[in-house]
Amino acid sequence: MIRKTKYATAEEMAATQREISVAEFFAKNRHLLGFDNPAKAVLTTVREAVDNSLDACEEAGILPEIHVEITPVAAKKEGQQLLLEGGNGSKKKGFGGADRLIVSVQDNGPGIVKEQIPKIFGKLLYGSKFHRLRMSRGQQGIGISAAALYSQLTTGQQATITSRTSGRSKPHRFRVGIDLARNAPEARDAEIGEKEEVPQGTKVVLEIEGRYQKHGKSVDEYLKETAVANPHARFVFKDPDGATTVHERASKELPAPAKEIKPHPYGVELGVLINMMRDTGSRTVKGFLQTDFSRVSSQKANEILKHAGISEGYHPKTIARDQADRLYEGIQQTKLMAPPTDCLAPIGEKQLVEGLRKEFEAEFYTSTTRPPTVYRGNPFQIEAALAYGGKLPAEEPAQVLRFANRVPLLYQAGACAISKAVVQTSWRNYNLQQPKGSPPIGPLVIVVHMASVWVPFTSEAKEAVASYDEILKEIKLALQECGRRVGIHVNKNRRALDEARKRSHIEMYLPHIGIALQQILKLSDAERDRTCTDLKAILEKTRKVN
Amino acid sequence: MAAKKKQEKTTTRKGKKLRDGLVMDQITDVAGGIHGTIGKRGSPRLDFPARSLSNVVYDEKQGYFEIGKQKIERTLTYNTVKTFAQTLRFMALSKELVERNDFATKRDAYYQSKNWGEARFDEQTESDAVMDDVEALFSTYNVSREELRFYPEEHGGAVAGELVVIDADPETGTEIEIDCTKFGSGAYSIPSSVEHLRFRTDAKFILAIETGGVFQRLNYHKYWNKAKCILVELSGVPTRATRRFIRRLSEHRGKPFLPVYAFTDCDPYAFANIYRTLKVGSGNAAHISRFFCVPQATFLGVTPQDIIDHKLMDATHKLQDVDIKRAKDALKNDPFFQMQPKWQKAVKQQLSMGVRAEQQAFAKWDLNYVMDKYLPQKLKNPKSFLP
Repeated sequence: MIRKTKYATAEEMAATQREISVAEFFAKNRHLLGFDNPAKAVLTTVREAVDNSLDACEEAGILPEIHVEITPVAAKKEGQQLLLEGGNGSKKKGFGGADRLIVSVQDNGPGIVKEQIPKIFGKLLYGSKFHRLRMSRGQQGIGISAAALYSQLTTGQQATITSRTSGRSKPHRFRVGIDLARNAPEARDAEIGEKEEVPQGTKVVLEIEGRYQKHGKSVDEYLKETAVANPHARFVFKDPDGATTVHERASKELPAPAKEIKPHPYGVELGVLINMMRDTGSRTVKGFLQTDFSRVSSQKANEILKHAGISEGYHPKTIARDQADRLYEGIQQTKLMAPPTDCLAPIGEKQLVEGLRKEFEAEFYTSTTRPPTVYRGNPFQIEAALAYGGKLPAEEPAQVLRFANRVPLLYQAGACAISKAVVQTSWRNYNLQQPKGSPPIGPLVIVVHMASVWVPFTSEAKEAVASYDEILKEIKLALQECGRRVGIHVNKNRRALDEARKRSHIEMYLPHIGIALQQILKLSDAERDRTCTDLKAILEKTRKVN
Repeated sequence: MAAKKKQEKTTTRKGKKLRDGLVMDQITDVAGGIHGTIGKRGSPRLDFPARSLSNVVYDEKQGYFEIGKQKIERTLTYNTVKTFAQTLRFMALSKELVERNDFATKRDAYYQSKNWGEARFDEQTESDAVMDDVEALFSTYNVSREELRFYPEEHGGAVAGELVVIDADPETGTEIEIDCTKFGSGAYSIPSSVEHLRFRTDAKFILAIETGGVFQRLNYHKYWNKAKCILVELSGVPTRATRRFIRRLSEHRGKPFLPVYAFTDCDPYAFANIYRTLKVGSGNAAHISRFFCVPQATFLGVTPQDIIDHKLMDATHKLQDVDIKRAKDALKNDPFFQMQPKWQKAVKQQLSMGVRAEQQAFAKWDLNYVMDKYLPQKLKNPKSFLP
C-alpha cells in the first residue's frame, strides 16, 4: 500500500508566511545582543546605558558624571516572567536563579529632546551612530532599545526615561514600551512629582530579570575598567547590597571630539555600496564617488569609472546589479590614498596611565599610543598600557583589559585579537615568565585599546575584536614597546633585590666566621669584630669585580 | 717487668697528649692562616682534596687506595659564605672536644649546630657533608676524623683470643687492661675510636671472619687457643673502627707485622666489597683510606678452588644476576682487581663455575670440619693465599 504524501502548495505556504519584525527577531535571538544569561543581562543593560551617557556627555563637551544603581525588587511576581518563555514555546525555565532587579543609570549629559525619547528607547535600530563614520562607543543603535525590550520581555515593565536638556527647560518623563510586531514605540507621559528635583541629563530606569554577581565579568569590573579608559569621567555605583563604590575623576581633560568622516572606498562592501547609491543625493556616479567617499578626487573617480567601464554621467539610482559589481571591482583596482586619520580620538598616553594608576596600585606604569593606520579602508589606532608590581598578584597570569572605543570588553577573550596578540608577544624578552601559549605570569595589568571609526567585532554583542593582520600587528608593536620598558624596570628591580639579598645573606653568616675564629684562636671581642669588618669589605670588593 | 710496664703506661698517656696537642696545633694553624689572610685584606681560602672517584688512585707500593693530587679551592664568596662559616665552626667544635677530652658523633655534631642560630644545619646530610669536608681537609695533615673527635655512630666488630687491649678510663685516664681470652662465650667489642688503644699479644696471626656464625663457633671451641691467634668478626663490610683496629693491632710491634688473614664467604660481594674494603679501603672515602685499610691482609678463603678441593659443589648456590654483575664490574672497573692477576683468575674461575659457597658450607662434612680440617690445612701454606 502506497501512502500518498501531501505536499503544501505555494498558496498554502503563503498563508503562514508573514513579516518578521526586527523586534520579534531579537526577542528570539537575545544572545546575539548579549542577553544570553541573567548575569550577563545585567551587565549588558548597564553597559548600553553607560556607553550612551558617555558618548552624549562628550559630544556635548560635559565632563561625565554617571550614577549606576542596581536595586533588588523584593516581591517577585510569578506570572510576568513567562512572556519570554511563552515566546519560545518552551516550558523549561532557562533563567534559573534569576532575581528581579531595577537598574538605574543617570548622567549629567545634554538630555534628550522630548520627541526623540520614544524612538530612541522604543524602536530598535534607531540612532544617530549607524549612519555616520565616527569614532563612538555605540555603533548600531541597537543597544539601549534592546535593553528596554529585554526588560519588557522578562518583567513586563516598560522603561522609565527622565530627561532634562538644561536647568532652564522643563523635564520630561516617559514610560516607553515596544510594539513587537511593528517595531514601534508605545510611549506615554509619566508624572514627575511636584517636589522632585530633576537635574540636567538623562535617567534611565529598567526593571529586568537578572542576577547580580560580584567580580569577574560583572558590573563592578566593567565600571572599574571603564574608569581606566575614561579617566575624565566620574562613576558612582551602588550595588544591590547597598555598598557604594566611587571611581573618582583623574583628569579634567575631555577627549578631543572625534571628526566624522565619509567612508573610504576600500572599506565598503558590495551590498553597502549598492545601498549607498540608492540613498545618495548625487545625480551622477562620478559625483556620488566624489562626495560620498573620502579620498576620491575627480581624477580618481574617473580612474575608478574607467576600470569599471561605466560612463560618469550615469544616475547612481539606475546602476544595475552587474554594473555595481564592476564598480566595486573598479574601486579595488584603483590606487587610493589611505583614509584621513584625524577622525580618531585616542585616550592618550598620559590619560591612560592616569586611569590605570587610579584603579590599580602598582609600582610602574607605562603606555604608548601608536600612530593611526588602516585596515580595509577603516582608520584605527592602537594604544597599550602596562602596570607592573606593587600590590598586583605576583603568581597569577597578567590581567588583560581589552577596550574598543573606550568600552571594556569582558566576554569572549579567547576569540579576541587583543588576547591573541598578548599571547603571541614573547614576554620572556622582558624578564617576565610566560608559559607556552599563555599570557605572561606576574604582577602585571595589560591594557589594550583599539580606537576606530568601525571596530570589527566578531559578533553583534561587541565582545571581541576580529583578528585582521593589520590590527594584530599594531597591537603587538604597542605591547612590545611597553614590554621593553617594563623589562628594563623588572631588571633594575631584580638587580636591586638580588643585591640586597646577597648583602643580607653575607651579613647573616659573617659573624659565624668571626665566632669560630675567636674560639679557635682565642681572639678578643675587638679582634673578632675587626675580622668581620675586614671580611665584609673583602666580600664587597670581590663581588663588585664579578 | 713491672718497671717496663710503668714506663709503657706513661708513654701511652704522653703519646696521646702529644697527639692531641698536634691536632690542636693543626686546627689553630688552618684558622690562623685564614685570620692572617683576612688581616691582609686577601680572600680567605680553604683547600680540600677533591673527593671524586676520578681523583682516586691505587697506590701499589703502599697497597691501598690513595687520593690524588686534585684540590678543590673554596674561596670565601657570597656563594660559599655559609658552608665556610659552618666548616670553621666545626673546626672550633673539634678543638673544643680535644680540649675537653670528649667526642661527638655525626648526629651529636648535627644537634650541636642547632645552637648556631642561622648557621645551623637543617638536615643531618648537610652537616655530614661539611664534616666530610673537615675530615678531608685535615687528612692532608695526617689527622683522622677520630682524632678530630668526630666518632662514627657504630662501634666495631667483636674480638676474641690471645690479646690484651690496653685502654684508659675515659674520665680518670687510668689504664685498663682488657684480656680478650676472658669473655667466656662472649667477646670484646671494638670501640668507635681505637687511636688511643695499645696491645699486648703473643698471637701468631689475626683471623678476620666475615660471619658471626663462624666467629661464634671458633670462639666457642677456643680455636684461638689452639691456633694461637686473634679472632676478629667483620660482620659484613668492616666499619672504619674495625679496619683501623686490625691495622693498628697488626702493626703495633712494628715490622714484621702480625699477619692478617681474611676468611669470608666465597662470592663476589665478599671479594669485591668486604675483602677489598678491608685491604685497600673504599673508593668514595679514598682520602681516609690510608688510615682505614689493612694493606698487609691476605685472603685465606673461601676461594673458588676450595669448593673443588673440599668437594662442596653440592653445598653451593647458583650465582645470582647481581653476583655476576658485581664480579664483572670488579674485573672491569676496580683498580685493585685490575692490579691483581691472581684475583682476576679466581673471579673468572668463580664465574665459570657459576656458583657461590658460604663459610658455613663446610658443616656439610662435620660441624667442626672448618676448624679441624679446613683452617689447619690452609694455614700450612699462607704463601698460597690470594693477595
